[in-house]
Amino acid sequence: MLLETPFHPRTAPLCGSLRWRNWSGYAAAVSYEPSHEYEYWAVRSGAALFDVSPLKKYEIRGPDAARLMDRIVTRDVLDSAVGRVFYTPWCDEAGKIIDDGTLQRLGADAFLITSVDPCLRWFEDSALGMDVGVRDVSGELGVLALQGPTSREILSGLVTGADIGSLPFFRLAEGRIGDAPLTVTRTGYTGDLGYELWVGRAHALEVWDALMETGRGYGLAPAGLDALDIARIEAGLLLKEVDYVSSWTALIESRKSSPYEAGLGWTVQPARGREFVGQRALEREAREPSEWALAGLEVDWPEIEARFAAVELPPLVAGRASREGVPVYAAAPGAAGRQVGYITSSTFSPVLKKYVALATLRRPFASPGTRLRVELTVEFVRHKVSATVSRMPFFDPPRKRG
Amino acid sequence: MARDRYDAIVVGGGHNGLVHAAYLARAGLRVCVLERRPLVGGATVTEEIFPGFKYSVFSYVVSLMRPDIIRELDLPRHGLRILPLESTLTPLPGGGRLYRDSDHYRTWREIARFSVRDAEAYDDYGRSLFHMARAVKPLLSVAPPDPGKLAGGDPASLMRLGRHFLGLEPEQLHLLVKLMTMSAADFVDEWFETDALKATLTASGIIGTFLGPRSPGTAYVLLHHYMGEIDGHYRAWGFAKGGTGAVADAVAGAAREAGAVIRTDAPVARVLVEGGRARGVALENGDELRARVVSSSLDPHRTFLELVDAAELPSDLVAGLGRFRFRGSSAKVNLALDAAPDFACMPGYGAHLRGAISISPSIDYLERAYDDAKYGDFSRRPYLDIVVPSAIDPDMAPPGKHVLSCFVQYAPYELARGTWDERREELGDVVVDTLAEHVPNLKEIILHRQVLTPLDIERTTGLSEGNIFQGELSPSQLFFLRPVAGYAGYRTPLAGYYQCGSGTHPGGGIMGAPGKLAAARVLRDLRKKPPGAGPGGKGR
Repeated sequence: MLLETPFHPRTAPLCGSLRWRNWSGYAAAVSYEPSHEYEYWAVRSGAALFDVSPLKKYEIRGPDAARLMDRIVTRDVLDSAVGRVFYTPWCDEAGKIIDDGTLQRLGADAFLITSVDPCLRWFEDSALGMDVGVRDVSGELGVLALQGPTSREILSGLVTGADIGSLPFFRLAEGRIGDAPLTVTRTGYTGDLGYELWVGRAHALEVWDALMETGRGYGLAPAGLDALDIARIEAGLLLKEVDYVSSWTALIESRKSSPYEAGLGWTVQPARGREFVGQRALEREAREPSEWALAGLEVDWPEIEARFAAVELPPLVAGRASREGVPVYAAAPGAAGRQVGYITSSTFSPVLKKYVALATLRRPFASPGTRLRVELTVEFVRHKVSATVSRMPFFDPPRKRG
Repeated sequence: MARDRYDAIVVGGGHNGLVHAAYLARAGLRVCVLERRPLVGGATVTEEIFPGFKYSVFSYVVSLMRPDIIRELDLPRHGLRILPLESTLTPLPGGGRLYRDSDHYRTWREIARFSVRDAEAYDDYGRSLFHMARAVKPLLSVAPPDPGKLAGGDPASLMRLGRHFLGLEPEQLHLLVKLMTMSAADFVDEWFETDALKATLTASGIIGTFLGPRSPGTAYVLLHHYMGEIDGHYRAWGFAKGGTGAVADAVAGAAREAGAVIRTDAPVARVLVEGGRARGVALENGDELRARVVSSSLDPHRTFLELVDAAELPSDLVAGLGRFRFRGSSAKVNLALDAAPDFACMPGYGAHLRGAISISPSIDYLERAYDDAKYGDFSRRPYLDIVVPSAIDPDMAPPGKHVLSCFVQYAPYELARGTWDERREELGDVVVDTLAEHVPNLKEIILHRQVLTPLDIERTTGLSEGNIFQGELSPSQLFFLRPVAGYAGYRTPLAGYYQCGSGTHPGGGIMGAPGKLAAARVLRDLRKKPPGAGPGGKGR
């Protein structure tokens, strides 16, 4: 039995495809229309509205709130300004990622942190001896992601009490839409200009209605997980249990990833006087890098087309994103043919007209420009096609931060 | 008098001229594009004719643009975004409709309301056209070899194509021959019995031609509109974000990045010919630009009979050009609307506004529209192909407002009665009246109307007789016969003078293939590496 998010009374009648997926126990629309194509383009050309309420959400309050958060996450948040938002993973003592999410500094002594899976016990256990409370507010808050180039115009006309037009990337503002108080964060999972709206369950529907009404003139479309999956791969954003495995769920050691191995080295911010969980292990790893690294791949599209054309088919891999693991091989003379990693997520990018993938590779093969080979199955026959390690994000429009 | 020195001068900054220039510049040539108008694009332009409302003034949808060109020129990096155009709505007299979209089963049900047999045949038709598009695809990427010139021609290329076609499944080969010879109406008749469905499919076969749905040769034009592909999906049509001008702007961006110089407001008066060889061009302002190569992206009439002196050309070419058919047959009406058009057959704001809307209720309707044109008048009840760009791309109009693009056929270039300057608004009224029958709120919401007759198309873009394809697309004017038998390989009888517009193989539509293929010809003649054979060098 799946739960309904606060927006379900609105999303259900719109979801003519009846395509739902179980996201953390909630029904989440995969696509509203039979095909997600238009919903994807809403993200890149107009605006898309995603119901991301199934995220786990915890409110951290008390004199030691900042100390607790600083102890848990890899980012340095102790003396951060109120109103900042951080993307951050958090790790176990061995420096392997447990989960990841966004952290909002709501006040000097108040934070809101999201996670993919429940983390209450971890947060509480880490708070031992601190004067701080952790509250699971997952069911109390509805969350909408409004993403796309027209999202700022839509929101500017609706939100009172906050200047949306001047809200910087990864900052939050408190305001209202109509009578509904809400928090707006300039964040998202699409790599585009976008915002996330955090609203109490009681006001969820009026916020949805206001956005849909105003959004019509700006190309707004409700969008589901299929569209989101393509956009987040283009943005080079990881998905837990797909692009990395949580150290809590990994059955074997080799499946675990450190932030360095998951391309999140930039989030590891040791500082004088800091001691976050996993810090020592990560400092060691910084000195002696792991043999694995996350990298973006551009797979040679003409070669893919040619493989399909050889059996008189169009390139059937265009369409939706794939979470299938795909072996990656070295191409360099000498190492040729040796498996050097694997793709975890891949998609044809409609905006770039390229086939792109997130891959975990042996470090010597993970630097941009490295030529590799990846497996491609066409009509039940396995082939190898060329790929090149590329810089990420694949798609990074100036408007994202601008 | 200013004198500049280039390797190549491209006359005309339409999409083919720009593609041509981009490939030449990437091969390292110093290239200059000369465009008569203040903006590039030719018939591929977006203009804010009415403040706040952007019109794709002439061409309005995209499908045929070759994927290899998009990739090689990296047009996505230069801003090209092609948004899907997923549905086709055919409103019918009396409030009925036929609606098709990417929802397979819904489309099945819609057609089955008319005929279950047709609903079943629809998939078979789609598969057949897929095979036909695949069959002709190799033709789009080769210069046309002339079977009449085995010696001294390109027998290897001819052999390759021959082998390709003989390698097709027999039923596909048979279908291809039918496509090249039949009328569009007869062709779709082989599958369907529903008049509205047949008429809407057939309509692709008459676009831009002065032929009726029952005229032989129109089946090919239907195929021509089905040859496109977007992201590996054959027959997919799309809308360029920002209007079709965004296509030209993206190609211009790629050309400039490769080092090409693009000059607007630079009309060319003539090509400088010395000793049977093109040496450059003279602009209307008297400037002369010298170059080893001059390529004209203008139509065959202007390329051969206006830019150069016909006396310099062989008489069979001149005679052939005299017989080359332009016969513009279409007009364009662009509307700025205060609100969304409300279709009686599908009321309200919905996904149907993001697709094509076709006023083509029956084959007879289309044929009668042609009857008017045959005797020199525009159709009293025209065929209309409509898109609402602002419902697809919010950038095209202010929030809540809309632009509506209306392709109109038939509107013959030559009128039996009166002139287009006298009758322009009469045509506009006929179009609005025709559409208003299906859109009751139309007349109240029109803020601005732009009517472009074939004469206006000719005046603005230079397309002779307003033919949108730079010459009719009919089997007698295709492949090695385009524009004139014996002169189809992008070269001209004047050394150093080339043709690269839609008047050459493989023809019109926003395809870019003539520009690219002609660039390959130029580069081979200059002993340079042809385009697409590896990463291009920056221009000097």
